[in-house]
Amino acid sequence: MLEARGVSKSFGGLKAVVGVNMEVPAGSIRAVVGPNGAGKTTLFALISGFLTPDSGRIRFVGDDITGQKPERICARGLVRTFQITQPFAGLTVRENVAVGAHLRHESRASALRHAQAIAARVGLGDRLDQPADQLTVAARKRLELARALATDPKLLLLDEVMAGLNPTEVQEIVAIVRRIRDDLGVTVLLIEHVMQAVMSLAEHVLVLNQGTAIAEGTPAAIAADPRVVEAYLGHGAASRMTGAGDA
Amino acid sequence: MRTLAGIALFGLVMLPLPALLASQVWLNFLVMTLFFALLGIAWNVVGGYGGQFSFGHAAFFGTGAYCAAVLQAQLGLAAWLGFALAPVAGGAVAGVVGFLSFRYGLRGSYFALVTLAFAEVLRILANSAGFTGGGSGLLIKLAPGAANLQFADRSGFYYLVLALVIAGLLLSLWIERSRFGSYLVAVRENEDAARALGVDAFAIKLRAIVLSGAIAGVAGAVYAQMFLYVDPGLAFGPTMSVEALLVPIVGGMGTVFGPVLGSLALHLLSEAGRSVLGQAPGLNLALYGVLLVIMVLFLPDGLVGLLRRVRRRFLRGRADA
Repeated sequence: MLEARGVSKSFGGLKAVVGVNMEVPAGSIRAVVGPNGAGKTTLFALISGFLTPDSGRIRFVGDDITGQKPERICARGLVRTFQITQPFAGLTVRENVAVGAHLRHESRASALRHAQAIAARVGLGDRLDQPADQLTVAARKRLELARALATDPKLLLLDEVMAGLNPTEVQEIVAIVRRIRDDLGVTVLLIEHVMQAVMSLAEHVLVLNQGTAIAEGTPAAIAADPRVVEAYLGHGAASRMTGAGDA
Repeated sequence: MRTLAGIALFGLVMLPLPALLASQVWLNFLVMTLFFALLGIAWNVVGGYGGQFSFGHAAFFGTGAYCAAVLQAQLGLAAWLGFALAPVAGGAVAGVVGFLSFRYGLRGSYFALVTLAFAEVLRILANSAGFTGGGSGLLIKLAPGAANLQFADRSGFYYLVLALVIAGLLLSLWIERSRFGSYLVAVRENEDAARALGVDAFAIKLRAIVLSGAIAGVAGAVYAQMFLYVDPGLAFGPTMSVEALLVPIVGGMGTVFGPVLGSLALHLLSEAGRSVLGQAPGLNLALYGVLLVIMVLFLPDGLVGLLRRVRRRFLRGRADA
């Protein structure tokens, strides 16, 4: 469904993303992980059209979407959420979600109906008339998810929708995301720091470090990969850990 | 439904007023209040709903005014033609301003400055061009009669402007209930988030400013017909730009009735100021300045916001009792 080949982007002297290859098959749930500043959010911005890659191509359902505008890419069925939630603060939950719903629903009534159904799906059904700026962090994350889902996407890019949530809330979102894939057939690519969520949700994980893909595979294989451990804990950490285990 | 009923009620209350008012002074006051409400409705489309603060709506207003004046005074064409073309001309100028500023991503104060500059450029052009009559302006020949859109009686203008204001209110209501309006408000609240959800922010803002410019153009044509005289300072000067934005800011930006309430409040205040403090020049502007500061500090959502809060408190009080 999504295919990135040799995608690179630098800001001045900083190489944010370097030659990343990635594939997301239809119907899968995949994750991108990596330490802070690894280039995950930049990669999402490149895929969703908010940034244009310096080199490399991005294909979505067979079409080259490299460098297209975000609104065009969204209309094709690829939608992203923001790590720092970006609610339409002055609007209610229902109105927020309706903005997304309007993409496939011209009439106001039909968009509002669709918005209500989507809000219920992510567990915001009882907050429809609440202003978005009065929501808790957990609810804002759900709103971010609901708005994106209301555009009826084929592929959903979730940028840390679980960051800052407590373990119960994480479990709820994990269940919601899984149902989005299972019930609606939406393919999901997520950036996540919450390893508990990555382990239970993702079928395949890509690890970025300093803009480069350093490993990929199943969550279990990734967690055991010494390169990944070193990326997170520093050079030599993997051998020290196994050494400590032996002693 | 409630807003629609409000518009109907507004029309019903306003319609018989000319017959009830004995004094021409008050009728004149109402005509000017409605006229500035119309100008405020124009600004409210792109400024209130779209969050793009134009400081140069005189550019679109003046284009409409000159369109009406030039077609009649210079080309001898019928008044209704000037009136019909004024929104086209106002919308076209707005389209150029909007295309240039939105294409290059100008937001906030940069957008405000560019619109201000466009109005000034047009003022200077109107001052120097021949067909606009230069600095001495254009006089439209006095020929009372509905066909010439000139009314010997003030109430003729009253009904004309009232009809236009009601049309403007209905248009605002449509904006609130359409995909276009939903997208416009989304762009105002957060442009990046809107684009991520498939909103073509550039196209939406452009449509909003063209619509806004077209309404301002109509207001300009009304002005030209009322005073039968247009000059560069009146048409493109900062006074109209300031009125256009102050009216909806005082009344409540991004609301249907904000411009009407704002215009009424502003002109009551300015009349009161005139009778208390006398006809000192520039007094109105000083009053407006003070008012603007007060509004921004204490009532950022305008009189409509204030009314909403009062009503909520009232309802809550009743529920408690």
